[in-house]
Amino acid sequence: MNDISQALSAAAQLIVSADTTLVSIIALSIKVSLVAVLIAAAIGLPAGALLAIARFPGRQALVAVLNALMGLPPVVVGLLIYLLLSRAGPLGEFGLLFTPAAMVVAQAVLVTPIVAALTRQVIEDAWFEYEEQLRSLGAGTMDAALTLLWDTRFALVTVLLAGFGRAAAEVGAVMIVGGNIDGVTRVMTTAIALETSKGDLPLALGLGVVLLGIVIGLNLLAHWVKLGAQRYHG
Amino acid sequence: MLPLILENLCFSAGEREIIRSISCEITAGTRTIILGPNGAGKSVLMRLCHGLLTPTSGRVTWQEADAARRARAQAMVFQRPIVLRRSVLANVLYALKLAGVAAGERRPRAENVLDAVGMSALADRPARVLSGGEQQRLALARAWALRPEVLFLDEPTANLDPAATRNIEAIIGAIHDSGAKIMMTTHSLGQARRLGDEILFLNAGRLVEQASVDEFFRQPRTPEAAAFLHGELP
Ligand SMILES: Nc1ncnc2c1ncn2[C@@H]1O[C@H](COP(=O)(O)OP(=O)(O)OP(=O)(O)O)[C@@H](O)[C@H]1O
Ligand SMILES: [Mg+2]
Repeated sequence: MNDISQALSAAAQLIVSADTTLVSIIALSIKVSLVAVLIAAAIGLPAGALLAIARFPGRQALVAVLNALMGLPPVVVGLLIYLLLSRAGPLGEFGLLFTPAAMVVAQAVLVTPIVAALTRQVIEDAWFEYEEQLRSLGAGTMDAALTLLWDTRFALVTVLLAGFGRAAAEVGAVMIVGGNIDGVTRVMTTAIALETSKGDLPLALGLGVVLLGIVIGLNLLAHWVKLGAQRYHG
Repeated sequence: MLPLILENLCFSAGEREIIRSISCEITAGTRTIILGPNGAGKSVLMRLCHGLLTPTSGRVTWQEADAARRARAQAMVFQRPIVLRRSVLANVLYALKLAGVAAGERRPRAENVLDAVGMSALADRPARVLSGGEQQRLALARAWALRPEVLFLDEPTANLDPAATRNIEAIIGAIHDSGAKIMMTTHSLGQARRLGDEILFLNAGRLVEQASVDEFFRQPRTPEAAAFLHGELP
């Protein structure tokens, strides 16, 4: 009990004094996850929308595969990307292993199916309501996809934040492809794992508190933005 | 585009026959009113004519071979109007853009029709939070802005107060005067009399009677139509 309260106050100290190690780890975490989510959005939003609207043979199977990919085990993704990026691997020449770029790739691979699958669900529900009206107005598949992406924008913000939460909280894949190198590829989750195993509880706890705060804070923010926007836009 | 010719038109959903072998010719210049009890198949018939549903058997023939031009010459106001999550004005602009209207011409046209349906003051309001009647007026304005040769109206005044109803009836009259073909459903016999030239009377998916408004209301040829007019049809 005493250990914990001591660690907590030390953690609070680190946060309040904006400890440079702590801050740089947090900054790297946010940067990596943000870029990963941007990539996931660039691929997942249009892919999800098209999958919801276009009709082609094999579509149902594709939806099932996509839903299954939401549950990709991070360590396995990490391992596969490690093999791809390692010096002997097919993409080894780029020297990306143990860099933040490798971590971005790993998180993007994990989050893209999530964004695409959730987007597909949101857009498909909207399409059910809008289909006849949009077809009557002469909208093709592409027009309809863009229209619905915009019309469901508040729901999609929540989708992207769910993706960001998943990316930022993930540890297995970034540990493997990033290597948790101090000052280079150490992010919140890998640092927490390392410091805990070393027994440096204040830093681990401080990072844990910040990570929780970011994830919860972002979701609260999303909730309020969505609520306010929906009250205004209906 | 016209006349529109229906030949042995049938539509079933699964086992249920919704439209049963309808054949008729619908000519230019007249306002055709589709009457019939709830569930008679009025909305489905309009969707078949508009091309939103594919007949199970039989044919819908317009006098226009080019599919794109055929689609562009029609507009429809649905029984349950769908408006997009953007402003009232933007809803009209959107339809004009899809219809390929030149960018510079869209805004004046949109403002014109909104003015005509009495919605200028609401132009910047988000469309999804309008009242049901306001959304219906917006849907009519949006369809009118497209300057269709054929306008399908599915109970366009169902949710409107008496003043708005009179306003919309006047607009439908104006659209007719401008040369467009009007095809509409209504449950108001008074409205059918005021607006219609010709009645298609449907019951249980069959076209029971096609007659001029005068004939139909003075002397219906079938017992079903007579019973409907006396409010006795179940
Ligand atoms: N897509 C569909 N699948 C199955 N049944 C349908 C479908 N669309 C319509 N129906 C059925 O077809 C029948 C006719 O429907 P329709 O909407 O054309 O009626 P309506 O004459 O417009 O009635 P109302 O006056 O209530 O608007 C109804 O019994 C309805 O349940
Ligand atoms: Mg109907």
